Amino acid sequence: MTKEKRKRLIYSLVTYLLVIAAFIFLQSMIANKTISRSLKGQLVPICCWIVMAVSLNLVVGISGELSLGHAGFMSVGAYTGAVVSGWLLNGFDVQDTTLRLVLAIVAGGLFSGIVGALIGIPVLRLRGDYLAIVTLAFGEIIRSLVNVFYVGTADGKLHFSFLQKNMPDAVTMLVDGAKGAVKVKPISTFTAGFILVLITLVVVLNLINSRAGRAIKACRDNRIAAESMGVNVTKYKMMAFVTAAVLAGMAGALYGLNSSTVVPSQFTFNQSINVLVFVVLGGLGNVLGSIISAAFLTILPEMLRAFADYRMLVYAVVLILVMIFTNNPTIRSWVNRLTAPLRKKEKTGGDAQ
Amino acid sequence: MTAFLRFLINGVSLGSVYAIIALGYTMVYGIAKMLNFAHGDVIMVGAYIAFCGLQYWGFPPVAAILAAMVVCTVLGVTIEGLAYRPLRQAPSLAVLITAIGMSYLLQNVALMIWGANPKSFPQTFINSSTWNIGEMSISSATVITILANIVIMIGLTLFTAKTKMGKAMRCVSEDRGAAELMGINVNRTISATFAIGSALAAIAGVLLCSSYPILQPTTGSMPGIKAFTAAVFGGIGSIPGAMIGGVLLGVIEILGKAYISTEVGDAIVFAVLIVVLLVKPSGLLGKPVREKV
Repeated sequence: MTKEKRKRLIYSLVTYLLVIAAFIFLQSMIANKTISRSLKGQLVPICCWIVMAVSLNLVVGISGELSLGHAGFMSVGAYTGAVVSGWLLNGFDVQDTTLRLVLAIVAGGLFSGIVGALIGIPVLRLRGDYLAIVTLAFGEIIRSLVNVFYVGTADGKLHFSFLQKNMPDAVTMLVDGAKGAVKVKPISTFTAGFILVLITLVVVLNLINSRAGRAIKACRDNRIAAESMGVNVTKYKMMAFVTAAVLAGMAGALYGLNSSTVVPSQFTFNQSINVLVFVVLGGLGNVLGSIISAAFLTILPEMLRAFADYRMLVYAVVLILVMIFTNNPTIRSWVNRLTAPLRKKEKTGGDAQ
Repeated sequence: MTAFLRFLINGVSLGSVYAIIALGYTMVYGIAKMLNFAHGDVIMVGAYIAFCGLQYWGFPPVAAILAAMVVCTVLGVTIEGLAYRPLRQAPSLAVLITAIGMSYLLQNVALMIWGANPKSFPQTFINSSTWNIGEMSISSATVITILANIVIMIGLTLFTAKTKMGKAMRCVSEDRGAAELMGINVNRTISATFAIGSALAAIAGVLLCSSYPILQPTTGSMPGIKAFTAAVFGGIGSIPGAMIGGVLLGVIEILGKAYISTEVGDAIVFAVLIVVLLVKPSGLLGKPVREKV
């Protein structure tokens, strides 16, 4: 086992262990009833945002393409999940909430993946800033279409329409245009969220450390060099993009089924930026970092009520400062000089082992 | 027919606003090779300054516009100097994220200063009269917007073609390294580009709010994104392209909203962007970029 390989293995293990430890800790807190009400309400959303952040990290950090429409996939997942869950309940009288939740999450992921593939085929031919702006455009298109989208169920059949008047009379509305998905039965559980986070970690960490993952990183670092080595750039970029879309869709389904309504305004451009902030602060390409920053930044505004008003302001400043500090050559060499003695010690310590 | 003509003129007017905003995007993209995401929010700041000038400080209209232009110019140059200049050599992803951060910063500062409640922009000075042509009535704001667009376009074309600074801009956009070797001060040229773009953004803000008088901290973001779409549509980096793209986009949006659906008007605009990028990635008037190994 090479040193590099061992390092990656340890990193993955630490990530899994931390997540599992956090879950056990929180579960015991729930059992002892020592958990605060607001934190308990935040548990499922935290899981969703972790999945969102890790999956966006796959696109932005690993594949090196800026996607500004990640919340769009989340909304696709949330709506699909709400529709599937409502359809199963109204049409087939499925009372088992676990079964409904699992089917809804799978359907959300599948549908979001299909949408991701449809978007990815044209979009991934573009590069850099264009790709960013087109993903943004897709996010906005999804949002405005969802605003005029109606889904109802009658006699176990689903009815779709972009016009309310096309709906048959004896229909139970599941998605009601700008009002969003209505009368959703909240069935998401923390355990489901935890399992989803674990699935995400297994998928993403294995993908990153596989042959395909190395190909994806090669495309990011130097597209032309990767292409001349025989790496199919579009295929691998597509792989990262669609995987992220599937995961975001699953997170969306879980998120949508956590409350009684899903409205289009939950999944705006701001939400995409929010997730991007998680990813950037956690470190581009760093999965554990994304998990920690997503969890921390979701709890933080709840803990500091006074801070909530300034949250976006602080985010903005932090985003700019992080970018300047990590990318400006002058500042970077200055920071390197400051931390040089520290790193030297570490290195000799490591060799002595 | 009258209705169609009215929609068409409204579309050209809205498109003219997009075109003026798109100029800022296209010049900055052409010269600094970066997508200035915060440009839309500079528009919002300009509109707020003009609003304050008219409403609170009792400025005459022309002075209010000038004040907005001055503030926006200073703001644009400051943003460039503080946030973008340190990242001149950085990968474009880092610059783009910084620009997004800047956009959020401006929106939230505006939120703190002016509050979240929408302000209604005074309608007194540009939108003062309407003319009737046959059965159709055209407001003066519409006419002034279209005229302003034409004047700005001619002025900018002359500026880039004839003046020394304009030549420097074209040089930097063609090859930054070579321009630097020829003794052109690249940093100053980029600052000047930001100054011009931001001053135009102030004008666009006033024109936008004269036709659509609701002013809030997020006023600039959607027109900003659409104007960027217009710049890409016309071919980013090209000044006439920004004008054609902007006007076409405005017409498409208004006609789409009038004849298809109000709700999906924005979706139509973005769908157009995607189709254009797929069919002709360099835009209508853009030059195809050749890739070098």
